[in-house]
Amino acid sequence: MAKVKSLADLKKMKDNLQSKMDLREKSDAPNSMVQVKVGMATCGIASGAKEVMNFFIEESAKRGISAVVTQTGCMGYCYAEPTIEVIIPGKDPIVFGDVDVKRADEIIEKYIKNGELVDGIIPVNYNTID
Amino acid sequence: MEKYKMHILICGGTGCRASASELIQSNLENALKAKGLEDEVQVVTTGCFGFCEKGPIVKILPDNTFYVEVKPEDVDEIIEEHIIKGRQVMRLLYTDPDKKETVSDSKHMDFYKKQIRIALRNCGFINPENIDEYIARDGYSALGKCFEMTQQAVIDIVKASGLRGRGGGGFPTGLKWEFASKNDADQKYVVCNADEGDPGAFMDRSILEGDPHSVLEAMAICAYTMGADIGVIYIRAEYPLAIERLKVAIKQAREYGLLGKDILGSGFNFDVEMRYGAGAFVCGEETALIHSMEGLRGEPTVKPPFPAESGYNGKPTNVNNVETFANIPVIINKGAEWFSSIGTEKSKGTKVFALAGKINNVGLIEVPMGTTLREVIYEIGGGIKDGKKFKAVQTGGPSGGCLTEKHLDTPIDFDNLLAAGSMMGSGGMIVMDEDNCMVSMAKFYLEFTVEESCGKCTPCRVGNKRLHEMLDKITEGKGTLQDLDLLRNLSGVIKDTSLCGLGQTSPNPVLSTLDNFYDEYLAHVVDHKCPSGQCKALMQYIIDPELCVGCTLCARNCPVDCIAGERKEAHIIDVEKCIKCGACMDKCKFNAISIQ
Repeated sequence: MAKVKSLADLKKMKDNLQSKMDLREKSDAPNSMVQVKVGMATCGIASGAKEVMNFFIEESAKRGISAVVTQTGCMGYCYAEPTIEVIIPGKDPIVFGDVDVKRADEIIEKYIKNGELVDGIIPVNYNTID
Repeated sequence: MEKYKMHILICGGTGCRASASELIQSNLENALKAKGLEDEVQVVTTGCFGFCEKGPIVKILPDNTFYVEVKPEDVDEIIEEHIIKGRQVMRLLYTDPDKKETVSDSKHMDFYKKQIRIALRNCGFINPENIDEYIARDGYSALGKCFEMTQQAVIDIVKASGLRGRGGGGFPTGLKWEFASKNDADQKYVVCNADEGDPGAFMDRSILEGDPHSVLEAMAICAYTMGADIGVIYIRAEYPLAIERLKVAIKQAREYGLLGKDILGSGFNFDVEMRYGAGAFVCGEETALIHSMEGLRGEPTVKPPFPAESGYNGKPTNVNNVETFANIPVIINKGAEWFSSIGTEKSKGTKVFALAGKINNVGLIEVPMGTTLREVIYEIGGGIKDGKKFKAVQTGGPSGGCLTEKHLDTPIDFDNLLAAGSMMGSGGMIVMDEDNCMVSMAKFYLEFTVEESCGKCTPCRVGNKRLHEMLDKITEGKGTLQDLDLLRNLSGVIKDTSLCGLGQTSPNPVLSTLDNFYDEYLAHVVDHKCPSGQCKALMQYIIDPELCVGCTLCARNCPVDCIAGERKEAHIIDVEKCIKCGACMDKCKFNAISIQ
């Protein structure tokens, strides 16, 4: 392994290494970040939730969005799998259905970046108990 | 670039390893491989999470799920349910004992809520055997920053931070560094004191196991300020895992050029070696430690000269404790002001405590100075085991004293603990409940100091032995009132006439129990009774004939057949034959057996 020769070298090294630790740093403070939850029950996986999840993880890093992408269990919208829930800090969670890679791209560009709503929103008409 | 979408952190501290965390890790890796997920999920061994009571701990990120008491056979379920389907394995979550609810995120647990982790910042977060993870969290940047400052400027930051030595003495660290820097010599040394010897203390071990690079970095910073180029870590040979992790860390730091010649192009040279101690308590005292390093007997010598003038090999030497060092890089990076904003007026920052004894949440915690004992014991520690009553907490190990109910609301810092008749020590906290006899407790600590006294000073070598004999006599029920006066008198003599900290503090457990629990001593001496029923010589098991229904359960369980009686008639214990094992009392379903 190459030696670290100066403080500038060390900083560069840190910047390169940081992305590997990103996920851990982010999990420590999820509330200040965009959270994307992907429904990954059997039906979700069967209809392609895994690809969508990988897409979110890779693209949010590439496009410089600091987001925590997690998986969650069945959300109950079996007719609209893959389903995802997006929480932007300070806003109510929004659930999107029928999310393929194309729609995921749209969600990142329009909703996460600019707050514009896109097709496929499933109105949440239930309450959860804290 | 391949990016992991989940991280699984497994505690690799000594405690969790003892409960098979290594097997859990290999099971996880195998299971992930079998499912073809090894490129998506990263398995990381970390240092101690602190919640040792509930170990082994497995934490899953990014959803921050905190699994407790995980067994190797739970791995498949975690992978199937959590990793693949995203459903938490409810039965492995922590259950809040008060609310009876499961808590999945450690941030919401009472155990973690009040903690601020500075010295333990990387423990349970990074892989201690991977320098990259340390660097990713600003590792070694503090050292680089110091190279851009003058030596005095660095010392000034440490001084301004108000950091005091965490090994027990509480001496201001910056001042110590300044003394060492002002003494000119051709060779100087930095020594890390990792000879953690207090019974029940394991914070230094956990830091070295969980974040060894922070100590190496701080030693380099210290060396830079004083102009030393050799660092020595004096560590107990009984800490094999910490030694192993340190070795890996030193090797990696050398490979990266962060130890060695011309570090970060600054022209500054520094390297670290290790010395193994044989686990003698007195070697935690810095002059004794230095003698042990030189290959001499681990005996303390008179100060002055202080090690800062004439230490290892007669050269200026600065000795700091592991936890003290672990605070340094953060202080440099975040500034003295930030550090001194935490804590009390004279004790800044945080302190790591090892909670042990009759407490629900045994473990490693770090709290701001000034947190009260009540908060530590009841909120973080979860209160006393089995709902028993709190009696005392011993801080400062064998050199400290016990604190009682009336001290519960005292904010913990160096000075308050001293004023209360105990001391901070290295941070061991042993909690005692109503079943603990305070005379026996003092006897236990004396036993330890008798064993650990190096023998140089007569008052310590002989005096402690006599103290122990007197305490032994008292617990046997043969003590007299005169013994109590003699105990106090002799304690004073030992304190006044011993050379080093060991002798000067060894009578503290006796004095503080005499002060706080004089009644208990009186009960032993005058009534020949042990109120908490711990001193076997002073108790008798008695069957209450009113309550006994003659079920014969006790008689059948007595190992020495000393219980007589007919079926359905009250039984009697033969006091002469009874070995006081307590088996009968444990078995009796009618509470008919009591101790008198």
